[in-house]
Amino acid sequence: MRTIKRVLILFKARNLEFLRDRSAFGWNILFPLLVIVGFSMVFGDERHDEYKVGIVGPYASSKLPAEEQLSKFREIKYIAFISFASEKDALDKLLHHKIDLVINPAKGEFWSSKTSPKGYIAEQLLKGSAAIFKTPLKKESIQGVEIPYLEWLFPGILGMNIMFSALFGVGYVVVTYRKNGVLKRMSVTPLRPWEFLTAQIMSRMFLLLLTTGIVFIGCMLLYGFRVRGSYLSLLLVFFLGAFSMISLALVVASRSSSEEFAGGILNLISWPMMFLSEVWFSLEGARPWVQKISLLFPLTQMVDAARQIMNDGAGLREIQPQIFILLLMSALFLSLGSLLFKWQKG
Amino acid sequence: MGPILEVKDLKKYYREVKAVDGISFAIEPGTCFGLLGPNGAGKTTAIEVIEGILHPTAGEINYKGRRRGQSFKNEVGIQFQNTELPQFLTVKETLITFRNLYDRRADLDYLVETCRLEEILGRDNHKISGGQKQRLLLAMALANDPDLIFLDEPTTGLDPQARRHLWDIVNQIKSMKKTMVLTTHYMEEAELLCDIIGIIDYGKIIVMGSPQVLLKEHGGGATITIRAELSDSILRNFPCRWSRKHDRIEIQTDSPNECISRMVQQGVDLSTMNVHAHNLEDLFLKLTGHDLRA
Repeated sequence: MRTIKRVLILFKARNLEFLRDRSAFGWNILFPLLVIVGFSMVFGDERHDEYKVGIVGPYASSKLPAEEQLSKFREIKYIAFISFASEKDALDKLLHHKIDLVINPAKGEFWSSKTSPKGYIAEQLLKGSAAIFKTPLKKESIQGVEIPYLEWLFPGILGMNIMFSALFGVGYVVVTYRKNGVLKRMSVTPLRPWEFLTAQIMSRMFLLLLTTGIVFIGCMLLYGFRVRGSYLSLLLVFFLGAFSMISLALVVASRSSSEEFAGGILNLISWPMMFLSEVWFSLEGARPWVQKISLLFPLTQMVDAARQIMNDGAGLREIQPQIFILLLMSALFLSLGSLLFKWQKG
Repeated sequence: MGPILEVKDLKKYYREVKAVDGISFAIEPGTCFGLLGPNGAGKTTAIEVIEGILHPTAGEINYKGRRRGQSFKNEVGIQFQNTELPQFLTVKETLITFRNLYDRRADLDYLVETCRLEEILGRDNHKISGGQKQRLLLAMALANDPDLIFLDEPTTGLDPQARRHLWDIVNQIKSMKKTMVLTTHYMEEAELLCDIIGIIDYGKIIVMGSPQVLLKEHGGGATITIRAELSDSILRNFPCRWSRKHDRIEIQTDSPNECISRMVQQGVDLSTMNVHAHNLEDLFLKLTGHDLRA
């Protein structure tokens, strides 16, 4: 009974600290929202252009010698055509990689940068456009439901936010407590290490699920994202993912009293996870060893399971491997963190 | 009733330093024991070993006649020298949080009243002054209504007013027959609050006893300084030890009345005379040396 009371009083104190730290609380909600809003602006419509082509002179005129070939080129998606009054201006932009290709339809000439990969592709697209359209291929439509990019990205952003909040919110805070003597003060009370750690885990879990819930509902309302699977399964995945990463943070924070050192280690863990856990892009086609390493990250497991539920409507049976791995990782990290934990520095 | 705390031949060695080198003492219930010493003498190390924060290299520590057990943490109150308070919590929330970590708890109103926290209860921990912070830390040390209280340099860094304020509170706690162990390097503080004093230097207790007994045994007497031209003939037959220091004469004596009478008889102008009765600070400096230590 006393144990529960001690855990609950620390749980409450830590929650108050977090909720009153407006910058931290605000950032936990604002950051993922900003990423989603930013990406929706970039990828949310048809205006995303991969290549920029400068056209010298009038934008289009049937009298120009190269216009017939150019009209085919103009039909290719994701190419922006920018009009320039003078050839010199256009070539200057090309030299500075502001654009990828320059065409002067009046002369029937074009220029591309020798060193720019995008320039090379744009040039090949220009050269090939006439040939492609002379012998048109039959286009087949994609079977099944196509997932909008933002809906694919959304579970990754939520996962990334959970990862940062868990690692830094627990790891950094515990190290700071140790550095400034708060842990030492607690160590001379009847509080036991596992009670302290339980309170930290409970508090961060609660706050993480709260902030993730706010972001989740906000994005659903703003963008109408759909969850094709069960909400309860999704909650379970986020719960286990957060738990495993909080446990990982406790390992990092088990002994150190240097915020700089802990911050470095946390960055060392979080950055590879962010890039190799398919938050932003798929690892399809990446080297096999990279794909294998990514499977060791709890973020990979969480994001993968969340995407299966949200995008594909997967049930608990389909995400059993991820649940098992997350449970295993949590048990491992938690045991290690508890064994290594020290109240004091030195 | 036996001592509440007994320390026998306690040692704490680091690789090249003997921080505590065989100290022994016993504290009777209801007394205030002061551990005095210059910076680096081993006061904080000694007290932290006794509190259970550091492991001793050797020695024995008995609390209420037995080795410290599970009940020790529940029955002692500790105020560290430097402790930060949790961020974004108010004074009241901090006090409640720490109070609830104990099985035995002092009445909250009593803590607030004793440590005079009424006016700052709703204030954020980081918006209170140094004196207020020390009062809160003291309240936290009393949160479990402890039988034994450790105060490690509780007034270091405080202004004279805040220091006296805290002394009043400690005296009030003392009047309730609480046992205290206090470390300090303020002699005035030790003289005012402590019943028994142990002066520690280089990890060893040099002398121990009540301030009065220590002064009587190791010090006492007075120093008379006077800025006047005293002829050699007067000084030659003077009944006390004397020396010239810059523009004044410094006289060390155990009987200041006799010295002053002699000077009056000799017609010495006493208008610049200063009589300083030896106190604990003089004793401390005499025993630990005058060199400044980091």
